[in-house]
Amino acid sequence: MIVNLFYEASTRTRTSFEIAAKRLGADAVSITAAGSSVSKGESLVDTLNTLAAMRPDAIVMRHAASGAPHFLARHLPTPIINAGDGAHEHPTQALLDARTILDRRPSLEGLRVAIIGDIAHSRVARSNVHLLAKFGAAIVLCGPASLLPAELAQLAPGVSLTTDIREAIRDADVIMMLRVQLERQHEASFPASEYFRFYGLQLEHLDLARPDAIVMHPGPINRGRELSSEVADFQRSVILNQVENGIAVRMAVLERVIG
Amino acid sequence: MPIVIRNGRVIDPASATDCIADVSIADGRIVEVGPEVAAPGAEVFDATGLVVAPGFIDMHVHLREPGFEHAETIESGARAAAAGGFTSVCAMPNTKPVNDSATVTSYIVERARRLAPVNVFPIGAITKGSAGEELAAIGAMKAAGAVAISDDGLPVMNARVMRRAMEFARSYDLPIIQHCEDLNLSAGGDMHEGARSVRWGLRGIPAASEDAMVARDLVLAELTGARYHVAHVSTRNAVAMVDYARRHGLPVTCEAAPHHFSLTDEDMVAYDSDYKMKPPLRSVRDRTALVEGIAAGAVTAIATDHAPHPGSEKMQEFERCPFGIIGLETALGLALDRLVHSGKITLTRLVELFTTGPESIMRLGRGTLAPDAPADITIFSTELSWTYDVNQSFSRSRNSPFHARTFRGGPVATIVNGEFAWRRE
Repeated sequence: MIVNLFYEASTRTRTSFEIAAKRLGADAVSITAAGSSVSKGESLVDTLNTLAAMRPDAIVMRHAASGAPHFLARHLPTPIINAGDGAHEHPTQALLDARTILDRRPSLEGLRVAIIGDIAHSRVARSNVHLLAKFGAAIVLCGPASLLPAELAQLAPGVSLTTDIREAIRDADVIMMLRVQLERQHEASFPASEYFRFYGLQLEHLDLARPDAIVMHPGPINRGRELSSEVADFQRSVILNQVENGIAVRMAVLERVIG
Repeated sequence: MPIVIRNGRVIDPASATDCIADVSIADGRIVEVGPEVAAPGAEVFDATGLVVAPGFIDMHVHLREPGFEHAETIESGARAAAAGGFTSVCAMPNTKPVNDSATVTSYIVERARRLAPVNVFPIGAITKGSAGEELAAIGAMKAAGAVAISDDGLPVMNARVMRRAMEFARSYDLPIIQHCEDLNLSAGGDMHEGARSVRWGLRGIPAASEDAMVARDLVLAELTGARYHVAHVSTRNAVAMVDYARRHGLPVTCEAAPHHFSLTDEDMVAYDSDYKMKPPLRSVRDRTALVEGIAAGAVTAIATDHAPHPGSEKMQEFERCPFGIIGLETALGLALDRLVHSGKITLTRLVELFTTGPESIMRLGRGTLAPDAPADITIFSTELSWTYDVNQSFSRSRNSPFHARTFRGGPVATIVNGEFAWRRE
C-alpha cells in the first residue's frame, strides 16, 4: 500500500507514482491538500501520524516547504519518498533524467550538461547537480543573476555558473531547460518581459551545442517563455521520453524501498 | 538569614578583585569581602574550588508574559535564569499586549516581585505595538520601571522614527536597543544566506540585512547622541562598525549571544528548527570575528536572547517554525567552553561580560560585590562536568540545540538579594 500525499499541485509526478505502484501490483491512494484534513488546519506531523497509523508501506510526498519530508522522516517510522520538496530536491526527477540521458549516451562521465532557468528555486536543478556530478559530468548552471547565487558553485565538483545562455549551451551534450517558477517568486527578481529574449531556448541556439545534443525539460513546459515552440517539438527534444522513463524509475525506487 | 561564602575565588571586576576570599551577606546586602570574614550565626557555603562572582545579568530575554504563557511565564523564565547563574534579567517587550505602556510595565514588575526568584527589569517598546510608526509612552514606562527601550523581534525600519526615538531615549537617559535587520533584505529568509541555504533550498537572510541597519543606526546615534545598543550582533561587519563607532567616542555598545559565538550555519542539523533563530547562525568567518570582538572589547555583554517557543510551534515545516531558542541555562557553560577553556579570554573577562558589561549599559545598580551593594551573587565551577537535559529545564519550552551536550563548568548556586534562588543538586 502506497500513499501519495501531494501538498502541491502535480499532474505528472503524482500520476507517474500511481502508475508505477499499480504496475508493481501495489495499491495506491492519492491525497491532495485541498479537500483533506490539511485544509481543516491539521499540522503536517499530525496528518502524517494519522496516515502512518494506517500502516502504508511507504508515503510518497510532495510539499512546498524545503525539507518537509526530511523533518517528517525523523519523526515517523514509515518510509517517506521525496516527490519534490520546495526548492530543495526532486530525487526521482534526477534519476529519470539520468536514465533518459543514458538511453542516448553510453555514460554520464565527461558529458557537458547545461541547466538553464530559475536555478535558485529549482529542486530539479539541485537533484540533477548532485546526481550528475557524482558520475563525472560537467555542469553549467545558467540563469538571470538574481536567480543564480554564487554559492551554487559549491554544490558539487565540476559545477560552473554563467549568466550567458550562449556560453552555457556551447558544446553542450545535454540542454536542460527549467520552468520559470512564478509561484516561488517572492519578489520581482528578474524582469519577466525580457526573460524569453535572454534565457529562452530558441532553435538557433542549438547550433552552438554538440550536433547530437538533446533538449530536456522536467515539465510542465511553457511554450514561448523558457523555450520556443519549435524547440519543444524539435526532433532531439526528449521531453516525452523523460515522462515515460519516470514510471520505470519510480517503479525501481518503490521496489527498493518496500521490496 | 545571613550567609557567608567561604574560600571561593572571588572575581569582582568592578573592584579589580581576584583572590581567594570569603563573602558575607546580610539583610540582602553585601557586608564584607575578605580573608576569614567573621560571620557568627551565618549559613556557611563552602565555595572551595569555585568562583564567586557578582550576580550575572542577562540583558536580553523573552519571558512571554503577558500573552504567551504557554511558552514561558515570568516565574518559569526567572527560574531558568536562576538555574543558569543569572540574578537579573531584562525582559523584552514583545508580549501580548506589547509592553508599550506603563500599565504593562507595572504588571510585569508586580508579577516578578511576587513570583520571580531573580530580579526582572522590563524593557519598554520603542513604538506603539512595536509597529514601528508611533512612539510609545517612553517616559511613563520609565517611571513604571522600564530600564531601556527596544522593539526587539522587529527593527524600527523607518529612519525618521528611529531618529525621534533616539532623541527621546537620550532625554530620558535610557539606552535604546535595536534588533538590527533590514526587513526588505531579509524578507522571507529562514537561515543565514550562504552555501548551506543554497544547498537546502531555504531562503537566506544575508549578513547585509544586519550590516545595513547597524550602519544606518550608527549614523543616527552620532546625530542624536543616544546611548545606542545593538542586540545579538552576529556579523563581522556589524562588530567592526560598532567597534569603530565606540573607538570614536560614541556611546554605542553591542551584545553577543552564546549560540552565535558557539555555532555556525555549518553546525546546523538540516531542517531542525532548534537551530532557527534571528539573527541566524552565521558563517565561520562571522563567528570567528565575533569571538575576536568579545576578546578585544568590541562586544560589551553576553546576552542569551532566551526565546521560548512550545513544541507545537517548533514541530513544523522549517519555514513555518518561529525564530528563537532558549538559552538561559546553557549560557555560562557555552561561554566557559568556547571562550575561556579555548584560551580566547580570561576568566575575569568572562565575568565582566556577564556583570560589569551589561551593568554599564543598563545601569541597574548591580554587577558588583562592593559593600552595601545588593547581595546578588553567582557561584560557578570552571571544571564541573554536567550534561544539559532540556527535558529537565525550568523553562516551559524545550527549543534548544544544546540538549544532551556535556559541559565543562557551569553554575553551582545563585543568590539574589541575599537569598539562595537556586542551588545545583
